[in-house]
Amino acid sequence: MSGQTFIEIDNLEKHFVLHNAGAARIPVFQNLHLSVKSGECVVLAGVSGVGKSTLMRSIYGNYLPTGGAVRVFHEGEMVDITSAPPFQLLDIRRRTLGYVSQFLRVIPRISTLDLVMQPLLDNGVDAKEAEDRSKFILDMLQLPKAHWDLPPATFSGGEQQRVNIARSFVLDFPVMLLDEPTASLDAANRQRVINLINRALSNGAALIGIFHDEAVREAVATSFFEVSEFAAKEVA
Amino acid sequence: MSAIALEERPLNLAPDAPILRAQNVTKRYGFITGCEDVSFELFPGEVLGIVGESGSGKSTLLNCISGRLSPTAGNVEFATKKHGLTDLFDLSEADRRRVQREELGFVHQNPRDGLRMRVSAGANVAEPLMNLGNRHYGSMREDTITWLDRVELDLARIDDNPRNFSGGMQQRIQIARNLVHSPRLVFMDEPTGGLDVSVQARLLDLLRHLVRRSQLAVIVVTHDLAVARLLADRLMVMKDGHVVETGLTDQVLDDPQHAYTQLLVSAVLQI
Repeated sequence: MSGQTFIEIDNLEKHFVLHNAGAARIPVFQNLHLSVKSGECVVLAGVSGVGKSTLMRSIYGNYLPTGGAVRVFHEGEMVDITSAPPFQLLDIRRRTLGYVSQFLRVIPRISTLDLVMQPLLDNGVDAKEAEDRSKFILDMLQLPKAHWDLPPATFSGGEQQRVNIARSFVLDFPVMLLDEPTASLDAANRQRVINLINRALSNGAALIGIFHDEAVREAVATSFFEVSEFAAKEVA
Repeated sequence: MSAIALEERPLNLAPDAPILRAQNVTKRYGFITGCEDVSFELFPGEVLGIVGESGSGKSTLLNCISGRLSPTAGNVEFATKKHGLTDLFDLSEADRRRVQREELGFVHQNPRDGLRMRVSAGANVAEPLMNLGNRHYGSMREDTITWLDRVELDLARIDDNPRNFSGGMQQRIQIARNLVHSPRLVFMDEPTGGLDVSVQARLLDLLRHLVRRSQLAVIVVTHDLAVARLLADRLMVMKDGHVVETGLTDQVLDDPQHAYTQLLVSAVLQI
């Protein structure tokens, strides 16, 4: 699998049109090309507002690109997520494409352990194995055992973020998007996440990440990508 | 909360046959348009959310595609067990009612529209099983108790009349009544509207489990975008009887394209 391209972004363009602000057109990027191979971790660089998260979301498919293609290696072929039918995109997200956002958004009143098990169950892993794997990763991220049966709503920011990380890393996604996964973590937990990322890379995953923390960036990046180089020109 | 044990059917990851197909569905009331030219396909295990403000035609559309209201134009095909994709309005009245009773569910916004108010909560939940020809009292009672438990209803009140329950409890009885006979497609009109938020969360979790485990397909009309985000795979946004935007739920809510959807999303209060 080594050397296989997992993400291929081709001529991507994104601008927003705000209809309720006089149809204001907000350009973000254009003519953007990027490809990421197995075992690579591309870190998106650039100042705040340059479009790093917009690029990330355009890859995940919750932002709709204005033009171009985002191809992801799914079940042996490159699938363009900008034209994939909904059920296929959901299947890609279930099995191939993981996304760690900065915030945990889940159904309330569900225990932490059940939340972490959910992506495994969605992939047909049997309940006992799902439970074992979930406990293992929660333990690894040092989330106190007393918390496992509680819904994460009342947890601290760092604890919620670790639940979020556990939900993604409990599966071995071949492609992962990491949007500041270490933003509210202390040094020890940051190191644990760095270890998880490096383990995923050595298993052959392809990663795209945004990290404002320089230590994390240096520890995981195999290359940097300047989003600003593809900044869209203002059109009158 | 323990996972709910349900019959496991294989995940159908690339469904090739829709369970419901609507083509150019239009409903007019005299000169007034309820909904116009709505087309979509729904696959087993999919949850489709229909959002929009009141008066946008959501409920009219739901009534048409569930076979309860004859459209002025267009057709609605449902994959019946016996005959495959069949236009609901080509069926005889009796056959259409049989399909609705045995293979579909419909959860009304107002529980009083979906319940028999003169028989007990337990009888309300057991009735769909009897309609399927089930005559074994013990197994029907067992299924009824299972479902009342799943919707967190006090089992000591199984023999009480629905009118003696609060609105939220009535809604939970109605949901149990519409899921007990293992339908393949359930229509829901603002199902969590009258529920307090803790019960709403429990129901959302229950519905997600059902969808994953049994390939249940759901079409849910809601004005609550938070409910839509947690439950629906796809959204259809309606305004003035027309579908103005469709897409994956998080794409529609995170990057709305149409002016009306942008307004709708930006108007949500944050908590």
